[in-house]
Parts: sequence; C-alpha cells; structure tokens
Amino acid sequence: MEDKIYVDVIALHRKDGSLKPLVILWENGVKYAIDKVTQVVPAASMKAGGAGIRYTCRISGQLRYLFLEEKRWFIERGG
Amino acid sequence: MERVILHCDLNNFYASVEALHQPQYRHVPMAVGGDVEKRHGIILAKNPLAKKAGVQTGEALWQARQKCPDIVILPPRFSLYLRFSKMVKAIYGRYSDRIESFGIDECWVDVTESVRLFGSGAVIADEIREAIKREVGITASIGVSFNKIFAKLGSDYKKPDATTVITRENMEQIIYPLPASDLLYVGRSTARKLEKIGVYTIGDLAKCNLALLKRRLGKWGEYLHYFANGEDHSPVIVSDEEPMIKSIGNSTTAPKDMVSLRDVSIVTTVLCESVASRLRDHQFKATVVTVYIRNKELESFTRQVSLEYPTDISRELITAAMNLFSANVDFRIPLRSIGIKASGLLYHDRPIQLSLFVNQKEREKELAIDHAFDQARRRFGFYCIQRGCAKEDTLLSGFNPKADHVIFPESYFKAGDH
Repeated sequence: MEDKIYVDVIALHRKDGSLKPLVILWENGVKYAIDKVTQVVPAASMKAGGAGIRYTCRISGQLRYLFLEEKRWFIERGG
Repeated sequence: MERVILHCDLNNFYASVEALHQPQYRHVPMAVGGDVEKRHGIILAKNPLAKKAGVQTGEALWQARQKCPDIVILPPRFSLYLRFSKMVKAIYGRYSDRIESFGIDECWVDVTESVRLFGSGAVIADEIREAIKREVGITASIGVSFNKIFAKLGSDYKKPDATTVITRENMEQIIYPLPASDLLYVGRSTARKLEKIGVYTIGDLAKCNLALLKRRLGKWGEYLHYFANGEDHSPVIVSDEEPMIKSIGNSTTAPKDMVSLRDVSIVTTVLCESVASRLRDHQFKATVVTVYIRNKELESFTRQVSLEYPTDISRELITAAMNLFSANVDFRIPLRSIGIKASGLLYHDRPIQLSLFVNQKEREKELAIDHAFDQARRRFGFYCIQRGCAKEDTLLSGFNPKADHVIFPESYFKAGDH
C-alpha cells in the first residue's frame, strides 16, 4: 500500500513570509485541526518516499509529521 | 596556508533518488536507464543490488538484462534530480560559498576559511553527509584533501556514505597504488599511452620522468605529473546559484544509424534549431561550433570551428556543423550519435563589425524565420512547424532536443572546455 498520502491543507501565510499549517482535510471529509507546530526542518521521509520541509504537528495530543514537498503536502501512513 | 577541499559525490544519484521515492524498488536490483524504444538505451545509474550483479553504468539495457534478468529499469526524471541536486547544494552552502559543480551529482567545496568555525575538513564532511541523509534521504561519499584532484580521488576511494581524508602524509599509501586511469583526465587513450611507457599506477606517474611524459603526452603529460604529485593548485571556482553558462549543446542517439550526410543533416538540423533557440532564450551568440561524433563501434571524437560572426541563427549553425561533418566523416562506419555545441558565448546585444561581403539582410531574414519558429512552437507545440528536410525522414527528425534533454552528458564535451 502507498505510504505517501497527499492531503489538502489550510495554512496561514504570514506577512514575514513564513508558513503555518492550520488544518488537515482528510479525504473522507474529516478536518483535523493542528494544535501546535513544534518543529520545522528540512527532512526526507524514508517511509513515504520524498523530501521537503517537515512540520512536526500536534493533532489532538498526538505528534504527526506533515511534509511540504514543493507545492504539495503529504503525510506518512500509520503512526 | 594549506587548503581544505571537499569533493562530494552523491552515490548512485539517479537510482538513489528513485529508491527514495519508490520504496518498493529498494530491495530489488534497479537501474535508471534511457528510452529503449528510441535506442537511448543505456544504464545511467544503478542501485547496489544491480551493481552486485555486474551491471555497469553506460552499458546497454539489454546487456544489463542479460547479467541480471530481474532488474527493474526506471525511466529517468531529470527535473526531479535537478531539484535534489539543488537541495544538496544548499547544504554545502551552509559551510562555504566556494562551491563548484561537476555534473549534477558532484561538487567541490572549498572549506579552507570555514575550518575555524566548524571544525576540521573531516568533521565538516561527516556533518554534510549526515545532513544529506537526514534532509534529502540519499547518501554521499566525500573526499577531503589539500587539492581538488586528490579530493576527487578520496570521494571515489570508499563508497557509499563515507569520508576519506587524504593528507600529504598518507597520500603515498592511499593514492599511489591506484591505477593511473582513476586520475581525473586520464581517459582510455591516455591510459594506453601511459602503459606503453610502463606507467600503470598513480605512483608510477608521480615518479615518472617529467621530460619523458612531456614527450609522450605533450602539455597534458606535465599536468598529469603535477596532479599525481599533489601539485594541483586550481581553485574551486565560485559559482552562483545558476552556474555561468559556457556552452550550449544538444546531442542525440538516433533511432537508427546514420549512413550518409543526408541522414546527418536531418538530425543536425533538429539539433541546431534547438541549440540556436536556446542561445536566443539565454540572449547569447556563439563564436565556436563543435560537433561530437560517435560511430557504431562507439568510437567518438569532436571537431570544432570558429565562426566569422557571432550567431544565434539556426541556418548558420547548421552550415558550420555540416561543413565539419563532411570534412571529418567518411561513413565507412555508420554513425550512432551526434551532438552540436555552441561556445565562445557573447551577449547578443554586443556590437559587431558588419562586413561588405556578407549579406546582412539575408541574415536578418534567417533570424526572423527562427523567431517565427519559436513563436509558433511556443503556442502550438514543437511539431507544429518543421523544416522541409525533417519530412524526408520523420524517424530521424522525430525528437525535440530542447524539451527532451534537460541534462546534457557533460563528459562528452568536457575536454573542449578546459
């Protein structure tokens, strides 16, 4: 099964040029609000296969990686 | 002060990027190869499992399949590799602004001024390798030395994902036993010449009599002697984000062998149109035209000519190239690949001396034709308009070098650039 899941994201583009993802829209229509972005680093995802900017996001108490690869967002399947 | 130079080589670059993106191919023999249908069928890069099976970069796809029947061959995605190459260069940029690219997957980085900030060359090399692994998801081998030539030998010495430090103290031990052909600029024919005078290793070369080398190999003999002794003082050329363009070229392996000047002229026309169009895109005119010729026996050579007037006109490139072909090819062995390179570039708006003996009106007309081609192709696609001769053999003319080849086999023309 494909481990790279592209997702729709609502994000805030700040005046200073920085970018903060706010909400992930899952394919079944569910919206996941991102409570906090704890780290932003360039990183590869060996699991999903890709590389870009990795946002470590807290979503209802859990930490998940959200990657911005060029213009598209993806997450890794599973925990 | 002794320089500290890194040479960073991304291991199996194309194959590594593909393996990152397609995890299902990480544990099977896999290679990235050209288009089989159009005969650009060679292995461009392979993963370690394919290497173990004996697959070599540069060999035909069918040869690779013979050695390794279950090999997976993926088509190349050059724009993806360019993006990864840029990401890696950004990492080098954290340690130095003196970065010189050598192809898409190799760079020299001069960190002489950075060692007090970041630690020794080896420390920086290890940090860079870690960062590439973590952020880009591929591996690199890095050579650290006091000159560019030895740094490059170092990056080849241990692969993948390793750092090799070559100092004045250990150079005899590490470098001297290596075959002379490992040295940059020692190709097949130079290696043969060296063997004739009993020079097999880099150590032999370093100890060889300079006068003898000069007699046999000319000025290159002298250079190679210096290189082998670690006396390479060439600087790491600081390049901007976009490397300074020194030449623009296109080459192609035709879908069938070219057996006559007529065949060559069809392919040349398409190649020259592309080169001229790219010259105009970059606002350059060329003063030198080089042709690259490779026959069925895979022997290759280049010939070049200086132009009387700087040009970005297809017709003039075609004429210059065809003169070179007709003077240098006899078709006893059919041709497999040809290439056209424009160099000696000048900015297009530089004033030129007009001549009484050249019909400038005619030149402007030819240029207007080229502009019309550019516009039509931009709007309606490459194949919407072609020169008449393209229709004589649509198999030979049916390719779009401007779009198909993002990356040009740099080594083809490398010698001409130095």
